Amino acid sequence: MTQAVAEPPLKGPGADERLERQSALRRLLGRPELGALLGAVALFVFFSVVADAFLETSSFSTVLYASSTFGIMAVGVSLLMIGGEFDLSAGVMVTSSALVAALVSYQLTLNVWAGVVISLAVTLALGMLNGILYTRTGLPSFIITLATFFMLAGLNLGVTKAITGNVASDSVRDMDGFDSARAVFARDVDVAGVNVNVTVFWWLLFVAVATWILLRTRVGNWIFAVGGAAASARAVGVPVARTKIGLFMGVAFCAWFSGMHLVFAFATVQSGEGVGNEFSYIICAVIGGCLLTGGYGSAIGAAIGAFIFGMTNKGIVYAEWNPDWFRFFLGAMLLVATVVNLVVRRRVERSP
Amino acid sequence: MRGAVLRRPSTSLAVLAAAGVLALGACSSSGGKKAEESANPAPGAGPRLKIAMVTHSGPGDTFWDIVQKGAKAAAAKDNVQFLYSADPDGGKQAQLVQAAIDQKVDGIIVTLAKPDAMKDVLARATAAKIPVVSINSGANDSAKLGAVAHFGQDESIAGEAAGTELAKIGAKKALCVIHEQGNVGLEDRCAGAKKTFGGDLQNLFVQGTNMPQVKSSITAKLQADKGIDGILTLGAPFAATAVDSAKEVGSKAKVGTFDMNKDLIASIKAGDIWFAVDQQPYLQGYGAVDELWLLKNNGNVIGGGRPVLTGPAIVTKDNAGALEAFANRGTR
Repeated sequence: MTQAVAEPPLKGPGADERLERQSALRRLLGRPELGALLGAVALFVFFSVVADAFLETSSFSTVLYASSTFGIMAVGVSLLMIGGEFDLSAGVMVTSSALVAALVSYQLTLNVWAGVVISLAVTLALGMLNGILYTRTGLPSFIITLATFFMLAGLNLGVTKAITGNVASDSVRDMDGFDSARAVFARDVDVAGVNVNVTVFWWLLFVAVATWILLRTRVGNWIFAVGGAAASARAVGVPVARTKIGLFMGVAFCAWFSGMHLVFAFATVQSGEGVGNEFSYIICAVIGGCLLTGGYGSAIGAAIGAFIFGMTNKGIVYAEWNPDWFRFFLGAMLLVATVVNLVVRRRVERSP
Repeated sequence: MRGAVLRRPSTSLAVLAAAGVLALGACSSSGGKKAEESANPAPGAGPRLKIAMVTHSGPGDTFWDIVQKGAKAAAAKDNVQFLYSADPDGGKQAQLVQAAIDQKVDGIIVTLAKPDAMKDVLARATAAKIPVVSINSGANDSAKLGAVAHFGQDESIAGEAAGTELAKIGAKKALCVIHEQGNVGLEDRCAGAKKTFGGDLQNLFVQGTNMPQVKSSITAKLQADKGIDGILTLGAPFAATAVDSAKEVGSKAKVGTFDMNKDLIASIKAGDIWFAVDQQPYLQGYGAVDELWLLKNNGNVIGGGRPVLTGPAIVTKDNAGALEAFANRGTR
């Protein structure tokens, strides 16, 4: 590396492409989220044409709500993927988090806010456990989190059943603090006459914070570095283990938030929920331009990915297509969105 | 066969063997009160049996929890050791049945959600002289696959009952919310409801493992079609979510549902949910264990070779109060 820089440039100054001044357009085209954005616009136009109800503001609010429930998790998951790791336990961790809050509050007859805080501590500990297991063993995160996925799924059911005698948590709807907690995690906010779920605003806030961390802070550089080349990152002094543990805890934080939404939107939590959702989060991040190999991607991209996922999910309902074909349409739409993404990126890479 | 008997120190056979010894060694070689008593123990005092239940349930499903509670209650009463296992995948469920055969259980209770996957393994159970009782889904295949009895709800009949109820509460255009794509039983419910409803009934698919998605999908459908005035959900937890969705959209749609739980009873009492079509899962577990016990101890077959219907039992505001206590302890 040092040698290559020390050699005299062959084509004069500016031959190193990294130092070339790029046009604004080219810089825009180089953003990881551009392909996803084009895909989102294409899908939006498509559904606006085929589904009459799609363009109504209240419908748009429903699409945003659906997107936000994927999107909040996609924030943590995309950062982790940029850092080069997967978390397959993310889906059931949401349920675990929700169950902890509901069970603790109900069984000990506490104010639900106590349950919320205890759940935060437990969920962050779970994320930390994932991270520590990964950094200590050096096993692929895929394996580590697959193991914790099964363990959490089992714990969710086993503990709930042992404590309540049933497979769902008891309703916390009439307990102290429920209304204020609902206001924070699951309230509908009136925006110009349209009810928008508060999760949408939290989603946007989380995306903004994640983007700031990624692009404006040293931690952001560390995340890209550990995902791109962990060994080199370690060599130049990046705290690889701490960064990765932090990323797993980031996913856990998002899982906690999603779990709290589950508790305060629906009051009871089914212990079997959440299985399979981990892939939806990964899909959102990938549609949004995160590479499966790490080192590349963006939180905004993942947000657009979640928007595509939510839009497709609900657009098919608005279009009132034959529901037997629902999953086929869902898959086809996702394929189109990702192919658009890919084509755009290839074009950009090929063009001078 | 005799070799197998000697190798297996099963209590039931030991008792039979003891009866045989008594019959041979005592004064009379045959007949008599003594032989009758020892060979035919009085009902309720039977030998300890081991019964395995293998279902297609996923983990953490309220419904199957209630089935198990019924089975365990009957097992405690009948002096039965009750074993439970489940796998939603047909092939894996068959492996679990095979495991039960290997354990030499005295009876097997299965669900026949995927009858073809269960065919071979149930033939092996029959060959091993282990009686099989089927529950829940698969009424049509039960006898064909060698089961002695079937306890379940005919999904079409239950659907028809739901359709009638839906018409009764005044709905004209309704949704049938399917929370698991490709589940034949759920499709049958909607098809049955369509038959008796009279109005327009459309199916809507939602992802049952993701409650926010269930909610937003129902909301989306209500926004897309403002004329919908009835919603039929196929599982209790989804009914409460449908009520939330309707409230959010400002829709007047009335919600009815299949299945039961304690929150649902409260909602029915409060008038948020109009009716529930209960297939009495407790009865399926209880009945199946009892049937195997009766078969072993008295040679009885319930239902005369025909499926025994455990539902539909309709729950409305009128009878919700009477059932509340049962639902609260998680057995209705």
